[in-house]
This record gives sequence, C-alpha cells and structure tokens, in this order.
Amino acid sequence: MQEKLVSRAKELLSDGTVVRVLGWRKGDTDFSAEPAFFESAESLDEFTYDGFCGANLSKYMIKASKEEGKTLVFLKPCDTYSFNQLIKEHRVDREKTYIVGVGCDGKLDIEKIREAGCKGITAVTEDGDTIKVATVYGDKELKREDVILERCKACKGGKHVAYDELAEGCDEEKPAKEGRFELVEKLEAMAPEERFAFWQNELSRCIRCNACRNVCPACSCIKCVFDNDRYDTAQKANTTTFEEQMFHIIRAFHVAGRCTDCGECSRVCPQHIPLHLLNRKFIKDIDEFYGEYQAGEDTDSRAPLTNFTQEDVEPSIVKERG
Amino acid sequence: MCNCSCGSEEKKNALLPQVGIITDIRRETPDVKTFRIVRPDGTKLFEHMPGQCAMLCVPGVGEALFSITSSPTNKEYQEFSIKECGTLTNYLHNMSVGDEILVRGPYGNHFPVETVLKGQDLLFIAGGIGLAPLRSVINYVLDNRDNYGTVDIVYGSRSKDDLVQLKEIQEVWAKAKDVNVHLTIDREQEGWDGHVGFVPNYVKELNMSVDKTALICGPPIMIKFVLQGLQELGYEKTQVYTTLELRMKCGIGKCGRCNIGDKYVCKDGPVFRCDEIDELPNEY
Amino acid sequence: MYQISREKMPELLAAVAKEMDLFLPVQNNGITNFGFWTEDAKVDLDTLKTVKSPKDAFFPQSEVLYSCYQKANKTSIEPAALKDAPFAIFGVRPCDVRAFDVLDRVFLSEPADVYYAARREHGIVVSLACHEPEDSCFCKTFGIDAAEPQADVAMWQVADGYAWEAKTEKGEKLTELVKEYLTEQDLAKEVEAEKEAIRTLIDKMPNSNLSLEGWGVGKTKERFDDPKWKELSDACLGCGTCTFSCPTCQCYDIKDFNTGNGVQRYRCWDSCMYSDFTMMAAGNNRTTQMQRFRQRFMHKLVYFPDNNDGMYSCVGCGRCVEKCPQSLNIVKVIKRMGGTK
Repeated sequence: MQEKLVSRAKELLSDGTVVRVLGWRKGDTDFSAEPAFFESAESLDEFTYDGFCGANLSKYMIKASKEEGKTLVFLKPCDTYSFNQLIKEHRVDREKTYIVGVGCDGKLDIEKIREAGCKGITAVTEDGDTIKVATVYGDKELKREDVILERCKACKGGKHVAYDELAEGCDEEKPAKEGRFELVEKLEAMAPEERFAFWQNELSRCIRCNACRNVCPACSCIKCVFDNDRYDTAQKANTTTFEEQMFHIIRAFHVAGRCTDCGECSRVCPQHIPLHLLNRKFIKDIDEFYGEYQAGEDTDSRAPLTNFTQEDVEPSIVKERG
Repeated sequence: MCNCSCGSEEKKNALLPQVGIITDIRRETPDVKTFRIVRPDGTKLFEHMPGQCAMLCVPGVGEALFSITSSPTNKEYQEFSIKECGTLTNYLHNMSVGDEILVRGPYGNHFPVETVLKGQDLLFIAGGIGLAPLRSVINYVLDNRDNYGTVDIVYGSRSKDDLVQLKEIQEVWAKAKDVNVHLTIDREQEGWDGHVGFVPNYVKELNMSVDKTALICGPPIMIKFVLQGLQELGYEKTQVYTTLELRMKCGIGKCGRCNIGDKYVCKDGPVFRCDEIDELPNEY
Repeated sequence: MYQISREKMPELLAAVAKEMDLFLPVQNNGITNFGFWTEDAKVDLDTLKTVKSPKDAFFPQSEVLYSCYQKANKTSIEPAALKDAPFAIFGVRPCDVRAFDVLDRVFLSEPADVYYAARREHGIVVSLACHEPEDSCFCKTFGIDAAEPQADVAMWQVADGYAWEAKTEKGEKLTELVKEYLTEQDLAKEVEAEKEAIRTLIDKMPNSNLSLEGWGVGKTKERFDDPKWKELSDACLGCGTCTFSCPTCQCYDIKDFNTGNGVQRYRCWDSCMYSDFTMMAAGNNRTTQMQRFRQRFMHKLVYFPDNNDGMYSCVGCGRCVEKCPQSLNIVKVIKRMGGTK
C-alpha cells in the first residue's frame, strides 16, 4: 500500500494539484515514524505508512493552511473527524487541502510492546494480526489487539468523514468498536471519594510538559490561557496539587463538545495518564443530555453546547444526578 | 567567599535579593523615569563597574534586569533609568519615593574602562534609552578625566522630549573639558534648533576620525546601522563595543534563557566587542 | 565487596529510610518515577528507565527560593532553608550519574547555586549497573560505561541479589549504616561476568556507537545554518516532554506565587522548546519552533562542549527517544546531520 501512496503523492505533486505532502517519514527504527512535510518527489522516498503512524496529522493543517498552495494530507478514518472539527472552527482551509483517506487496522503502541516484555527491540514487523518483535534478548510474537493504541480500542470505524479520494485498502464499512464508555461507567460507579482518589493519583504524575495540549486538535488557541503571562494562570509548575487538576479539568471543559475523542492526549502523555477518560465523560454526558453527538462528523451542524433549544437540560441536572 | 564588600566568609546566595529603598524619582521623558536606590540604612547597595546590570524585583509583580546608569564613582547610591514597556516597568513607574524594592546584583561584565579604554579618545553613540548604560561610563570617564583622551558623545532620540538626562548632558557634559556633545532628533520639532536626523547618518556626517574607540548602545537596528556607518568611516570592529539584551531570569548564567552560542549574555555580556558578536550565531 | 539478597533489600531500604530521606524508583499504576520511600511504596529497581530522571533529587521541578513579606511598608526576606541532612538516592543508572556531573558544571560553577550545592553535598548516590539495557540506550556514544557506575555506592545485579561496593567516603558511611543486611563475599567473578554481559549487550544496541563527527567544540558555524534543522523540527509540537524527562536539561524560570500573606519566589523547570522562553517586553529572539528546536540540540551538542572542555550535555539515557510524542529526538538529529553526511 505504501508504494501506491507514494506514487499517488508524486503524481499530485508533479501535476501541480498540490505543492507539498503531509505524511509520515521513516524513522531510524521500524517504530519511530515521524509526521513530516515533503516538497519534492525525491524526498517522498522517505515516506512511510505503517502500524506506527498513529500521529493524527490534521492539526498540522493549521500550519499548512497558512502556507502558499495546496497540501496533500493523508488522514486515517478517525483523523478526518478532527479535520472536520477544525473546518467547523475555521482553523484550517479546506480549499488548501487535498485529503487522501488511508485505511487503518489499528495503530501500534510501542510503549505497550515494551510493557509486554520486549526490551532491546531491533525490529518490528506486522504480519496481519501478528506483530513480530525481534530483540537482542530473543524474539517475540504479540497479538495486534493487545498492543494497539488505547484509542484504537474504541475505534470509530472505517469511515472517512472527509476526503478527496480514498486510497486502496480503505474499509468504509468497518464498524465502530463497542464499549467506548466502559471505563467511564466504571468511574461513574465509584463513590465520589474513590473517584477523586483515582484522579488525584493519576494526575499526581503530571509533569506539565503540555504535550496533551500541544497535540490536541481542539487546542488551537493562538495564545493559551496557560501561557499568558499577564494572568496568574501561566504557571509552568504545579505549585499545588490543586493546580495540576485545574489544568486538566479546565482543558477538558474547554474542549467539551469539540473533542472528537481522537485520543492523541493519552497517546502522547509520557506518564500514561488516561486523559481521554475526562473527555469521554463529557461526550457521554452530552450524548445523554442532548442526544447522540459526534464532534467532527460534519462541518456545519450546530454543536449541542453552542446551540440553545427549549429541550435543553436545566443546570439543576447536576444536582439531581449527584 | 561572599563576593560583595561585606567580607563575610559565608557563601553568597546569588539568587537572594536585598531590600532597597527608592530615594528619588526623576521623570526624564514621557516614558522614562530615573530611580535612585539605596539600602534602607542609607548606604550604597553594592559596588559595580560601568556597564553592569542589576535585577530589580517587585514581589508578586516581576523581576527584570536593568543596566545601572549611575557611575561607580558615585559613592552614595545607584541609579536606574527605566522605560515603561511591560508589566514590571509599568508598576515601577507608579512607585513613589520611600517605597521598597528588591535588588540583586551586580551582574555581567563591564566596559573595559580600566584597561583597553584607558588613554583612548572615546566616541559614545547612543539612541533613546540606550544612553542608560553609557551614562555610567561617561560619568566614570569624566570623574577620572586625566586617564582618558577626548570624549565625543553622539546622542539621538525620536524627539527632544525623548532625550534622557538632557539636563546633565547640557549642564555637565557639554561644559566638561575636551568633551563634545552632538545631539540629534529624528524629526523637525518646534523649539529645537539642533541637528535633525537619525543617529547612524549623523555619525557619518560628523566624519569622526578613526583613532577613537566607539561605545554604542541603543535599539538593535540603530546599532546595526551605526556599525555599518563606522565601518564606512574606516573603523575596525575591534574598535567598537556594544551591549546585547536578551530575556534573563537568573543573572548568573544558569537559567539558560539568554544563551546564544557558547555565551550567556547575563554573565559573559552584556558588553561585547563587535568582532566577538560576529562569532555568535545570528540569534540576538 | 558485599552482597545483598533480593529478599533482604526491602529491609535495607527501610533501614536507610529510618535514618534519612530516601529517593528511589517507585511504581505508580505501572509507571515508574523517582519518589520518596514510604512504607507502602512499590519500590521498583528493575525498570531501567524512570519516566522522569533522578535530577529532581538535586534540582527539583519546583522549589521555593525565598519568601517575601510586606508589613507596614517594610519588606522582609526569608530564604528557604537549605538541605542540611544527609539523604540517599537509590538505584541511579550510570547515565544518570554522569548527568549529575553535567548539572554540577552548571550549578556549581561560580557563583554556585547554594540550593543545589547543599543538596549535592548531602546526597548519597547509590547506583545500579544496567542489567538489561534497551534499544533506546546510547550512553556508550558519550563514553559512559553502563557496567561501571561512578557513584558513592555501586551495585550490580548478581545471582539472587545485588553486589554492593562503596566507592567513596560517603558510600562507606552508608555501608556502615546498613551493614547488618549485607554479607561480605568475594563476588569479583560474578561482577566481572555481569559487566562483560552488560558491555556485550550494549554493543548490540543500535545507537551505541553513533558518530559524533560534526558535533562538539567549535562546530557552531558548521551546524547552525544547516538546512536539515527545518525538516527535523517540522513536526515538533513545542511541548516539554524531552526537556522534562531529560536528566541534564537545567533551564529554569523564576516566578512568584502569592500565598495571600506573602509572596513565594520559586523556581521551576522551564523548556527552551516553549514559545515564551525568550519572550521579553522588547520582543523575542527566537520566534519559530525551528529556532527553539535548534537551540536545544545545539546547546547539548555544541555550546555546552564549547564551555566545558568538550563534555557533551547528553548522556544517552534515551528517555527522549522513547517519549517524544512525534518520535523526534537527539539520535535522529545526530544521525541526520554531522557524522552521517
């Protein structure tokens, strides 16, 4: 499939449809592909599309939309939701984007491979649902399902909601996975003290590196309130445990109704804090209060939190539900 | 050993400030004020050399590095000329005589007044608030007049109201022995019969002889064009000194903010000879 | 040389913790970081790489420098107390031990940072050789021997426990303190075998022998304008993951925290990757992520060696290699520029 993507990209570059390509560049190992811009046919020789291309490229289109000319971007099904949401928020320019939808069987999480006991990894090869890991300590075979990214466990399905063309190998009919809210339900079932302790423990590991915010396609403010030196909010360290909770909760509130559940926040967190669960709680509540809603499914509907209707729940719901 | 003059054997905590008290505030221009600061007991904060800086801090508001504008020959106090341009300087401009402030320093290197500059004819070129660090050198030179040759001072600002230390320039410097003061403002203005034009052009017009050592301070763009002008007149970069300004937090070359190339502006600077600046990556 | 069995280790740690603060790798929900020993802490000496390095022991992510009070127009300053009692840092890997030397170059050079110096003076470092090195390790590139930790006490994993060797006076004192848990034994052979095994493994790791040609002292002009910086930094998010997991990154910010009855002036880690790092009222001298990205690597691989007799300020711990959200890291920088060209 990779060769076809490269030759298509070369075609679109040479016929002038696009002036640059946004994709993934081969890393120095099998598992370190990096998001990259390609501006020439030769540079595309370094292009790769494999199990480790988990990075959601849609947010880079904010940067690319400010450049001259059109950009070809490869988007996986779930990435297209983020892209649509960025269109809705006028952050990216659809006219300057040429989307080639690419298929996805669930992206791999190198950290999970390491947790499965693989140390000193020298090569990782994908063989359908089997992941073969060669290490200096011996070889191992793992099941794809066991080492996919957390977000892929709640896959939205194979459908691309925005594209100009689809690459070979896309399965638009692939259904969404069940059980997206299982962990949220577990948290909801906890007593408030237990739930508070859970989050306090998780968030206590936060090092305020801002990776979650910087990678988040919904965090597209030009100047984040947490960077604004004019207010006391700009603290690079958590002066109190309260503050580390504040940062994540304020962020969750700010992206509520706009978060497509792309899961990048949890993918990038160096401390493995399950940040996506905060967002999923909001999504679940929105579904329950306003009817099912998937941010990024389209580019023009009014989102429940920015649309007033007579049927909207009253704020007192918070009290009623306890 | 403590690096201040107290003689204590205890290691000095370079990040710990001392309390200073503002004993005088002079308005220089619409957006520049000069603050005189001493210890609460009336003694001088510390000894410094011309070109050095100090951190001024208002707790809860901020801390920033300012050049010391008074001369080390002044045995009573230190002065800082400060332009209003951010949160801290804004706050400072609203402070009054008798208010307390935190001070630490002095930091950085200084103009080589006791070595290279001795015996030289000196050419000072300043723009706007850039006079602040040079004023320290000028007064040091005038107070040790016999150690130096002739002194030329080229100083310009946007308008006559933006000339800092105008009173001292006209009443002290202009009357001193072997000192020539050349003032200029950017545009014609009522009540101004002096020179009009930008500093770099004026320097070229004055056609200064090339046997002087030049000290420049002002906005980066002015420094760039003055340097070009001086080179056209035949000056070598090794004859020209200037200062760099970058964001600083610690003042002692550790916090990393003012690092360019192998230099820390707070510690290795702020004074650089122009040929030394050429060696730095172009990131200032 | 002494031996301590795996079973006895918890008792030894408890004995140390009874006498002094003990900072060591502790697991929380499967993630291992350095933290203080407590009775129910899940001590983890097996995980090779903690997420954060042990630099917190000497240079905490956030610390108060002094407090400031204003009463009736009078200002008083109360400096934070300096560390004045011994404490132990346990399970430090050889690369992280070298990182302390790098930090020393910064914080102990004149004028010394008294907060850091006090901790360094009282800290006892117990290191542990790397029984199972990983693919992200490249300490050998910087001349660090993962088999030969340089600290107050060195430990090696042997048979059913650890070999223990005091290397300094501080280390001997600590050994005295825990002697009842140690058994004197001739472990020379076992330790030698472990060292051999470690070195063999290290040599099999893909980045153990990177070429540093094109980097180091005097390479500013050659590297600074390299066009490769742009493509290397294109995907950089400008987050602080690399900086905050790095054992040698030492940039910091100084900020105020208003407690209500006074102001605490504290310093906290900062990152040259952050957009406001060099921002000042008069402007910003690094406005693009490419410039900020370049600064981080030029500092580690050129500027720092320039100022420190050729010593690099990267120790090859590989944390950034594993943790960068977008898989950008210093190994890629070293490989794609400089030597490999």
